[in-house]
Amino acid sequence: MSESRLRVSEVEGVTQVEFIDRNILDEANIQAISDEISTLIEGADTPRLLINFANVDHLSSAALGALITINNKTREKGGSLRLANIDPQIYEVFVITRLNKLFNIHDTLEDAFGEFKSAKS
Amino acid sequence: MSEDRTHIPDPNVVELPHDRDRISAIIDTIIDQASEAGMQDAAAFAIRLALEEAITNAFVHGHKELEADVPVRIEYRVGRGELDVAIEDQGPGFVPEALPDPTLDENLSKPSGRGVMLMKAYMSDVAYNARGNRVVLRYRAN
Repeated sequence: MSESRLRVSEVEGVTQVEFIDRNILDEANIQAISDEISTLIEGADTPRLLINFANVDHLSSAALGALITINNKTREKGGSLRLANIDPQIYEVFVITRLNKLFNIHDTLEDAFGEFKSAKS
Repeated sequence: MSEDRTHIPDPNVVELPHDRDRISAIIDTIIDQASEAGMQDAAAFAIRLALEEAITNAFVHGHKELEADVPVRIEYRVGRGELDVAIEDQGPGFVPEALPDPTLDENLSKPSGRGVMLMKAYMSDVAYNARGNRVVLRYRAN
């Protein structure tokens, strides 16, 4: 089995995922990341997933595609996906593609956790 | 600018195999040369994104039916505040105008189809040849 490209932790009932790579560009890596997160979604009854982009400098449209697939799978299971800590240059990519309308994007992890908490009650 | 938007005069030429390290290396080389010619960091982000999209399209879509060792041709020319890069695959080509608009509400949840629009958003000019197997990306610093 290949080495994980992610750091995964469980915090307050939320699965937090952080990328090890600064560049999410390589098709093979993107597929591996997508498969790994899909396994996390499949293993949860109601997935609550937070993807932390703190380390990410570059991503490609293939990475956006993987995020969309992850979002679709999460919603199919009645769960929720939130993205946080996105670099301004990368956030611009979300705006250009209008994917800022599709994803729940938060400035900070604290904001994202706050939304998970209020959605729970 | 030449009337033929898909022509680059006197370019550097690289035959690029489908190898991640070689792809990263040529993109780094082009960005380094562009930076030395006065391009800013924001330009480097834009150029890296557009080159990644174009090279990925060339191998993943253009060379879908070809052997893995068939190379993609890269031509590039760096000037003061100017960069031209051609990415030419050996596939059958495609019709870029036929691509659906990925920003429409009905297409937002589709995982593919954003590469060409990102190239157009970040570059000063994007031109395909008639066959659709060669794209020229132009960046002009303002």
